[in-house]
Formats: sequence, structure tokens, C-alpha cells
Amino acid sequence: MHDSFVDTILPQLAAGSAHTGALGFVFDGLHDGEPRIRVPWREDLVGDPDTGVLAGGLVTTLLDHIGGLAVWTAMDEFQPVATLDLRVDYMRAAHPRMDLMAQAKCFRLTPTIAFVRAWAFEVDSSDPVAAAQSAYVVNRIRPAREEAQS
Amino acid sequence: MSDLLDRIPYARFLNLQTLVSGDEITVILPFADRLIGNPMLPALHGGSTAALLEMTAMAQVALAFPSPRLPRPINVTVAYLRTGRPVDVYARAAISRAGRRVAHVQAEAWQEARSQPIASLTAHFLLDNP
Repeated sequence: MHDSFVDTILPQLAAGSAHTGALGFVFDGLHDGEPRIRVPWREDLVGDPDTGVLAGGLVTTLLDHIGGLAVWTAMDEFQPVATLDLRVDYMRAAHPRMDLMAQAKCFRLTPTIAFVRAWAFEVDSSDPVAAAQSAYVVNRIRPAREEAQS
Repeated sequence: MSDLLDRIPYARFLNLQTLVSGDEITVILPFADRLIGNPMLPALHGGSTAALLEMTAMAQVALAFPSPRLPRPINVTVAYLRTGRPVDVYARAAISRAGRRVAHVQAEAWQEARSQPIASLTAHFLLDNP
């Protein structure tokens, strides 16, 4: 994997859009080849004012987004992808006032579809707050086909 | 009741607007630049649509089963059907079945036409029954 992809492109893809920027997403490097995003805890991202726990919708957004990053990491390049579907299991309440992390693995990449598993956790990835299984539509531009068309 | 989502900081972050018509809730996600996930198309971030659907489902469960505590999601499945364009999104939810502990809810989000949903959600919520 080339350095500019990890150092420049993945951080941009992790946090560069208006929505991910507004949510405060930060790229946190590759861990065993799997991308990680950190979301610093913020009052306005809370889902239950009685507990101070981050909103389920935020966790879903985070798991959707880290899944896309895992697909780009598997492709080792940026190509347009779109989430097809996403299932999130909420295993336990997040710890109040703690940053949340997410990590994902693309375990199967075909020319058209990528299959991903993702986890959200505070500290220990083996003690997840939530886990997701998702599929992404991949639009891989194939050089051979482009040549044939030109 | 219509102020349920106003109590939730993340719903305020998304600026969600709630309309209660009898026993049915419609939640509106007004378009804002900070919801954009793909600046090239441009398109809404799928996560903002998913969060709208989840909040709508939760509000519908809370309306049907009033409780001091918010309904807690067990799991949610979101299917993305169309690209979310940079305009307002609407969502409604229906409770398919509710037992003593668990409610099964389906929700849809749409923009111009309700017959052309941009995303659908299936979810289970834990009810706070004694």
C-alpha cells in the first residue's frame, strides 16, 4: 500500500466531507491493515440526555463510514462506492463522555460488491458497543475496458 | 409528545422537526450543507438518513408506548434505495408488532415522492416495561 494513500487520501476520505467534518471524525490510522476512525465525545452528539451516551444514529453513521474506508483500503485506491445495506447490532450502551472508535474489515471484494464487518468501541475492540455487517456497491473502473472503449 | 426529539441533542444537531398527526409521527430532516457526505454528486451522507429513520422509529415507539425512558434500539437494518439529494427528507415509521419486551418497527424515508423512498429501515427496540 503506497504511503500517500494512507497518509493523505484515507484521512481525507475519513473526515473530508461536510457531514463527517461536522461530526468531528478523525482518521486514526491502520491497525492490522484495518482502518480506524475516532469520534471525540461531544454534548451535541448525545442520544439520551439522561445518560450522556452518544446517539445510536451517530454510531450507525460511523459504522457506515468506516465500512466505506475498509472497502477503499481493500481496493488500495479511491473509486466511488455506495452503501447497499447495513445492519447494526447495539450490544451495550456506550460509556458516557468517552470518545468512540470504529474499525472495519472488508472480508470479500468482488468486481461489483464489497462485504464488510465493522465494530465500534471505546478502548478494547473485543468489547464492542455495536457491530455492523454491511454491503457496498463498488464501481470499479477497469483499465482494460476503458481501452477497449476508446 | 411532539417535543420528544427536541430533548435529544443529536436530533437537535440534525435539526429534526416533528409533526404528530393523531397516532402517527412524521419527522423532517431539513436540508443543510453539513449533511453532505459526497460533495461531488452532491449527496446526503447515508448516515444522516439512517439517523433520521432511527429517530423516527424511536419517536413512533415512544408515542405508542409512553415511558419515562427512551426506547433503546436492539438492532437496525437500513437499505439504501436511492441517492439522497440535497433537499429535505421526510420519514414515517409503523410498528409491525410489539410484545411485552420488544417492538418491531419499519420506517421509510423519502424526498419528493413518498412512493419513491430513498431508504428503508427495519428495527427492534427494547421496551421499558416493568
